[in-house]
Amino acid sequence: MRLIVRAAEVLEADRLIPITGAHVDSCLYHGQATLDFVYRLVDGGATVRVATTLNVGSVDLLHPELWRGDPDLASRGRRLMDQYRVLGCRPTFTCAPYQLADARPVFGEQVAWGESNAIAFANSVLGARTNRYGDFMDVAAAITGRVPHAGLHRTAERRARLVIRVGDDVPSRLLDEDSLYPVLGIVVGRLAGGRVVAVDGLPHGIGEDRLKALGAAAASSGSVALFHVVGSTPEAPTLTDALHGAAPEEEAVVSMDDLRQARAELGGERGGPIAGVSLGTPHASAAELSEVADLLAGRHAADGVEMLVSTARATLGEVEETGVADRLREAGAELLVDTCSYISPILRAPYGPVMTDSGKWAYYAPANIGAQVVFGSRRECVESAVAGHVVRDPTWGST
Amino acid sequence: MGLYVSGRLISPGRAHAPALVLDEPLSLWGGLDPATGRVIEPRHPQHGELVTGRVLLMPAARGSSSSASVLAEAARVGTAPAGIVLAEPDLILAIGAAVADELYGIQVPIAVVTPEVLAEVRTGEPVDIGPEGLTAD
Repeated sequence: MRLIVRAAEVLEADRLIPITGAHVDSCLYHGQATLDFVYRLVDGGATVRVATTLNVGSVDLLHPELWRGDPDLASRGRRLMDQYRVLGCRPTFTCAPYQLADARPVFGEQVAWGESNAIAFANSVLGARTNRYGDFMDVAAAITGRVPHAGLHRTAERRARLVIRVGDDVPSRLLDEDSLYPVLGIVVGRLAGGRVVAVDGLPHGIGEDRLKALGAAAASSGSVALFHVVGSTPEAPTLTDALHGAAPEEEAVVSMDDLRQARAELGGERGGPIAGVSLGTPHASAAELSEVADLLAGRHAADGVEMLVSTARATLGEVEETGVADRLREAGAELLVDTCSYISPILRAPYGPVMTDSGKWAYYAPANIGAQVVFGSRRECVESAVAGHVVRDPTWGST
Repeated sequence: MGLYVSGRLISPGRAHAPALVLDEPLSLWGGLDPATGRVIEPRHPQHGELVTGRVLLMPAARGSSSSASVLAEAARVGTAPAGIVLAEPDLILAIGAAVADELYGIQVPIAVVTPEVLAEVRTGEPVDIGPEGLTAD
């Protein structure tokens, strides 16, 4: 409770409000301090008082043999994950809790979520209300069931300050490509910083997987916690709705040049041989896993190419039932749960080059695990895995 | 004649140390190695600089919600900055500092000042953080 009161002081909130759910990111090991903190809570007899899901940890608890690093580090990571279960959190261990039918907050629900992509999705795509809660604060909110009445919990703060328009020079065929959305997200995050942003000029009714990719990238290159996409997200049936009827404070246009440059920075123009392919950041949905299996179409990853697909253990359970998991394994893919390949020593050849369809993975992996990253569409990733070298399709009109 | 500033503290404590001014916001997670106290984000202009024993000044914190853990761990190891000065309040760093205080009794004071004041301070200049805010000569 002392942490929650401190937070209220920092945010200059006048009161605390109740929450009905939490998503806790504190279960990922970042040193002895993270263990000391959870033991302090466990020893004090604390338990969470709202439904609480857990973010990824360091270790795939279902497939521990995939860990390639220091065993002592793995055991610390595992202890941390275990202690959060002792507090009463659900062992979901996913960065995409919004893909679990029984963990999705509803429109307008007040929650306290950690994990930048999950925060962006909960606010933007589901219309739930959370601030960016960091480590320690997320579990403190889950234990007290309270958060300061401030920021995105308040209706007025959810108004878009910045409007980003997709330029007329962006061809309509690109608007229907998966790979546009993470690239656009990187540009949006850079322009928005921490501001609420409205994106206009995209087709209406964009699906959740594309919004997920956009938000995860925008929350990597910036601190975006709420993005409205006009015609697709629930608080933005129109641009006027996203702006709450006010004038935007700033407007910007994203041109084809901006997109090309962002894609190139992610490694979208690299070619040559690859050592690995990493898909599923944020954790792949059942639909995405099924799409990857379809793209593989019975073919096998080339010799020497490690193909990793990350997902939630619950989603893995689902695709075990439908046969998709077996189809992926028969194609040579390894299914990773509970963690992610850019935060833990999982990849056989982390320095790569590793190809990914994720803006977030491409953004963080070079610093985190030293990977040289090649960015591509999901289809390009699969074709490249099969070929053993980068295969491009003509979508972006280069290489 | 010192430059006196009535900034507010979002994390209590006192610091007296030379300034390290960051030209761009830094995410401590992925950006600061708590084992060495150095800036490790390759794209950052201050890549390689040591934050330990210096007052870190930056316009804003950025990125990951895991930065609170990194600050608490750096405080535990003894590599944390002596203090932090920002131009806008940051809940994630304030909570990291609060946990370091709760667990280890180590205070990392964090002051919030206007961007104009932040722009006055140069790397290497001695600065003070105390109950009255930031003071720089």
